Amino acid sequence: MSVSSAPFSAEAIAAEGIKPEEYAEIVQRLGRHPNKAELGMFGVMWSEHCCYKNSRSLLKQFPTEGDRVLVGPGENAGVVDLGNGLHLAFKIESHNHPSAVEPFQGAATGVGGILRDIFTMGARPIAILNSLRFGSLDDARTRRLFSGVVAGISHYGNCVGVPTVGGEVYFDPAYSGNPLVNAMALGLMETEEIVKSGAKGIGNPVLYVGSTTGRDGMGGASFASAELSDASMDDRPAVQVGDPFLEKSLIEACLEAFKTGAVVAAQDMGAAGITCSTSEMAAKGGVGIELDLDKIPVRETGMVPYEYLLSESQERMLFVAEKGREQELIDIFERWGLHAVAAGTVIAEPVVRILFQGAIAAEIPATALADNTPIYHRELLSEPPDYAQKAWAWTPATLPDCTITGIEAQGKVLTWNEILLQLLATPSISSKQWVYRQYDHQVQNNTVIMPGGADAAVIRIRPLVSSKDLNKPQASNSFPGVAATVDCNARYVYLNPYEGAKAAVAEAARNLSCVGAEPLAVTDNLNFGSPENAIGYWQLAEACRGLSEACIAFSTPVTGGNVSLYNETLDADGKPQSIYPTPVVGMVGLIPDLTKICGQGWQSEGDLIYLMGTPLDAAPSAVVTLGGSEYLAAVQDVIAGQPPIVDFDLECKVQTVCREGIRQGWIRSAHDSAEGGVAVAIAESCISGNLGATLTFPTSESRLDHLLFAEGGARIIVSVARSHQSVWEAYLQTHLENDWQALGVVNSRTEGLSITFTNSVIKVEMDTLSDRWKGAIESYLAD
Amino acid sequence: MKFGVIVFPGSNCDRDVAYVTRDLLRQPTRMIWHEDSDLSDVDVVIIPGGFSYGDYLRCGAIARFSPAMRAVIDHADQGKYVLGICNGLQVLTEAKLLPGALVRNRDLHFICDRVPLRVERTDLLWTSHYRPGEVITLPIAHGEGSYYADADTLKALEDNRQVLFRYCSADGTPDSANNPNGSLQNIAGICNLQGNVLGMMPHPERAADPALGATDGIRLFHGMLAALGGDIPAKIIG
Repeated sequence: MSVSSAPFSAEAIAAEGIKPEEYAEIVQRLGRHPNKAELGMFGVMWSEHCCYKNSRSLLKQFPTEGDRVLVGPGENAGVVDLGNGLHLAFKIESHNHPSAVEPFQGAATGVGGILRDIFTMGARPIAILNSLRFGSLDDARTRRLFSGVVAGISHYGNCVGVPTVGGEVYFDPAYSGNPLVNAMALGLMETEEIVKSGAKGIGNPVLYVGSTTGRDGMGGASFASAELSDASMDDRPAVQVGDPFLEKSLIEACLEAFKTGAVVAAQDMGAAGITCSTSEMAAKGGVGIELDLDKIPVRETGMVPYEYLLSESQERMLFVAEKGREQELIDIFERWGLHAVAAGTVIAEPVVRILFQGAIAAEIPATALADNTPIYHRELLSEPPDYAQKAWAWTPATLPDCTITGIEAQGKVLTWNEILLQLLATPSISSKQWVYRQYDHQVQNNTVIMPGGADAAVIRIRPLVSSKDLNKPQASNSFPGVAATVDCNARYVYLNPYEGAKAAVAEAARNLSCVGAEPLAVTDNLNFGSPENAIGYWQLAEACRGLSEACIAFSTPVTGGNVSLYNETLDADGKPQSIYPTPVVGMVGLIPDLTKICGQGWQSEGDLIYLMGTPLDAAPSAVVTLGGSEYLAAVQDVIAGQPPIVDFDLECKVQTVCREGIRQGWIRSAHDSAEGGVAVAIAESCISGNLGATLTFPTSESRLDHLLFAEGGARIIVSVARSHQSVWEAYLQTHLENDWQALGVVNSRTEGLSITFTNSVIKVEMDTLSDRWKGAIESYLAD
Repeated sequence: MKFGVIVFPGSNCDRDVAYVTRDLLRQPTRMIWHEDSDLSDVDVVIIPGGFSYGDYLRCGAIARFSPAMRAVIDHADQGKYVLGICNGLQVLTEAKLLPGALVRNRDLHFICDRVPLRVERTDLLWTSHYRPGEVITLPIAHGEGSYYADADTLKALEDNRQVLFRYCSADGTPDSANNPNGSLQNIAGICNLQGNVLGMMPHPERAADPALGATDGIRLFHGMLAALGGDIPAKIIG
C-alpha cells in the first residue's frame, strides 16, 4: 500500500497538511489506508502545532527541572512551588495565524485557550500578559490588525474576569503580513492535587463538558502550521469564535468539579479539539478511549465524523471521571448552564476509537497520534548564513561623526534632544497606555503595580477561600507576590539568534529583578519562520541553544511553552518572507514580601541616580554596542551589527544586587536599560516619576551616540535616597567592584531632564518628554 | 451587619467585593446565587461588577429578570440598602431601581483607569465618611459606562440631589476634559429618590486595601458600617 494506491488524491492528502512520506508512514502504522476522518486526525496531530516534529529534538536541550518545579513540560501548563503550600501554574501560547486573518476573534480565542490550559490543572487564572508584534503603524492594514487584536484581548480578558497586567508590543515591518499574538496566563492552584491529563481506570466514563461542537475552527492546528497567503483570507472558518462568558462559567464549574475529587483527569480541547484531547489523554495514560460522537452536544446539524473530530469550537473540555460519580459532575455543570455528558469510556486497548451512528468511524493507536509522531532532524548550516555575516561586518565607523550638538541622520543634522524625543516617540518604545487602558488590569483586586509602572507586572497572591470558610477572614498584609514578564528583542535574535535568545532570557530576569522578584521559571513561545528553509532552521536551532544556556545560567528552568513555525508571508511573487525569529520568554518570579518592591519612576527630588552594569566609560567591548540597537534602526535606518553579547556573570551579579537593594529598602526606583539605551531608560524614569533629573556623563573615548543610546551591558538605572548613599555605595563596591557608577540626581519637575557630557548634550522639559512618549501610538490611530 | 453579594453567571467582581466586606471589614458576607430569592437576612445587597449572563444583549438586560433581582427590588422597596457597582449600576437601571441608562463609552473603547471624582453630597450613609465636595480617586473599568438620561430625568436628578459622584479634574471641576466616558453631567454615581439605592460605575472595592496602595473607596463601606451598626476594624480605618 503506498501513496499511489491511496483512496485520496495527492491534493486531498496535501490539504490535510500531510506530506507524501508522512502518508506512507500513516499507512504503515495502521496497516491499511486511513479513512477521511482518520486522515484528518493525523493531519492535525502531526502538525507542528501539536507534535513539534521540527522542534522536538531542539527542545530536548532545555533545562526543565529545578527545586521549585512541580510540573514541567508535557502537561497543560507548568507548575512551580511558591512555598507555604502555594502553587503557581503558568504557560504561554501563540495565536498568530488566526489573528492575522481575523484579529478580534483570533486574539480573543488565544486568551481563552491559554486560560483553559491553566484552569484545566485545577488553578484559578489570576493574570494574563501578552506579547504582540505588528508591522509598521504607517500601514492601514497594520492599524486594523493592531486595534482588532487589542479589542479582542480586551473583550475576552475583561469579560472572563482575569486581569491583563502586562506585556510587550513591538512594531516592525518584519511582521506586517504575519503579526504575533502570544498570550501568557498565570493561575493559582485551587485544588489539593494538580489535575493531570493522563486517562486512568479502565471502565471510567469520559465526559465531554462545556460548549457545543460546531463547524467553527475546522482544522485550525494545520492552518496554524501553514504559511499564510492571500488565499488564507478565505480560510476564515478556520478561526474560532470565543465566548468569554461561557469560559467564565466553565472556570467556576471546573474548579468546583475538581474539588469533588471525582475527576480523574482533564484536558482542554484546544487545537485539534476532540482528536487531540482523546489521543493525548489516552497516550499519556497508556490506555485507550472510546468516544461516541452521537452523544456530543452540537450546535449544527448534519456534521460528519471528520467535522466533529477536527472542530475547534471553543470552551470545551474532556474529563475522565470516577465511575459512578458522573451525575455529581453533570449536576455542577448544569448549574452553571453548561453541557456535561458521558460520551465515552476508558478502554484497555490503547487506541482512540470513535463511534458514529453505531459504527466505528475511526480507530487509531493513541500513541501514533500523540506520542510516537514524526520527528525531523534537519541539517544545521555549517556556517552562519550570508545575511548574518554581512550584518556582523557593520561597524559604528560607518556612521557620520558625532558632535556635541548632534549627528547627521535622515539627511539632516539632528540634535541629541531631537534624537531622544524621536526614540521616545518610536511606537515600540513609547507608552502603551492606549493598549493597556483597554484591558481590565485590576479585576480580582490583586494588582500591586499598574501596567507601565514598573519593568514587570506584580500581583499579590491571595489564596481564595471556599464559600464554607466565608467567615474566616484572611489577613491582608501577609501575602507574597508574583512578578511576571514577557520579553524578546527580536531584532537581536534576527542578527544573532544565539546571542539574541540569551538576551531575551537575561532581559526577562532583569525585569523581574527590577521589581525585586527572584526569577523562578520560564515558559517560552518560539515564533519562527519555516524550519524547512535552511536559514529558518539555523535561526531556530541557534535560538534554542541560546535559550537553553541562558535558562541554565539564570536557574530558570523551562516548564513548557509553545512552538509556532511557518510564520511567513508570501509576497506577490510567491516568495516567502520570514518574520524576525521571535523566541518570546515568559518568566515568573517570587516576591516574598510585597512591601519590598520597586517601580521604574523616580520617587523623590534629591535622590541619587546610579547605573549598575557596564559603566559608560568602560573600554569598548561586545557587551555594550550600537549593533542591533533601536537608535541604529529608528534613527540611522540601519539594521545591522552584532547585538550585545550577554555576560552571564555580570547579569547575575547586577540582578542580585538590584534585588538585595530593593529588599533592603535602599533602591527606590529601578529600570533596566533596553531599547534606546541609558538615555531612554533615564527619560522613562523621569516620565514615570513625573520628576526631572540632572546627570553628568563621564568623559570617555566613546562616540556620543554610543554613550547615550548603546544597548546591553546588564544595565539597570536605580535611584537611592541620599540617606542611604554610603551604605549603598559600599555595598555596590563590594559586590560589583567597578561595574557601577553614580550618574546624577533626581530633580524637580521644572528642571526637566538634563544630561551633560563636556557640555550640555540633552536638555528637555518634562512636558515635552511626556507628550512625545505618551502620544505616539494614539497619533497613528487618530485618523 | 450583614452583606449579601449577588452572583450572576458572568459576575466577576463578586469575590473582590466579598474580600472587602468579609476579609478587610470583618463583616458577615453571603454570596447570593442568581436563582436565590431570599434576602431576608441581609442588610446591604451589593450587585458586583462583571458581565452578567455575558451581557451579550444589553448590559444588565437579562439580569433584571433573575429571581435574585426580583428579591432585590423587594428589598429596595422595603427601604433596605442596595449598592450596584459597574455592571451592578447597569443592572439597577435596567431593573428601574435607578433612572437613566448606561451606553457605550464616548470613544468606543473599554477604559480601565483611576479617575478623580467629586463627592456631591455627604448626608446619606453611602458618603457620610467623605467631606462635601471632596475629590477622591477611584478605579473605573467599563466599556459601557456613559450615563444617559433624558432632560427631564436629568433635571429631576439634579433638583433632588441624586448625583453622588461626578467625574472631575484633580481640583474638582467636572468638565468635559475630565469626563472619561461621555457621561451626561459627568455623572459617575446616582441614588434613588429615597437614597437607599446607590449605583456607581467606579469601583470602590478596588480602592479599599492599604496593601494595594489606594484606599479612597473604603470610606464608602465605613459609611455603611457606621450607619448600620457594624464595627470598623481599627487597623484599617482610612
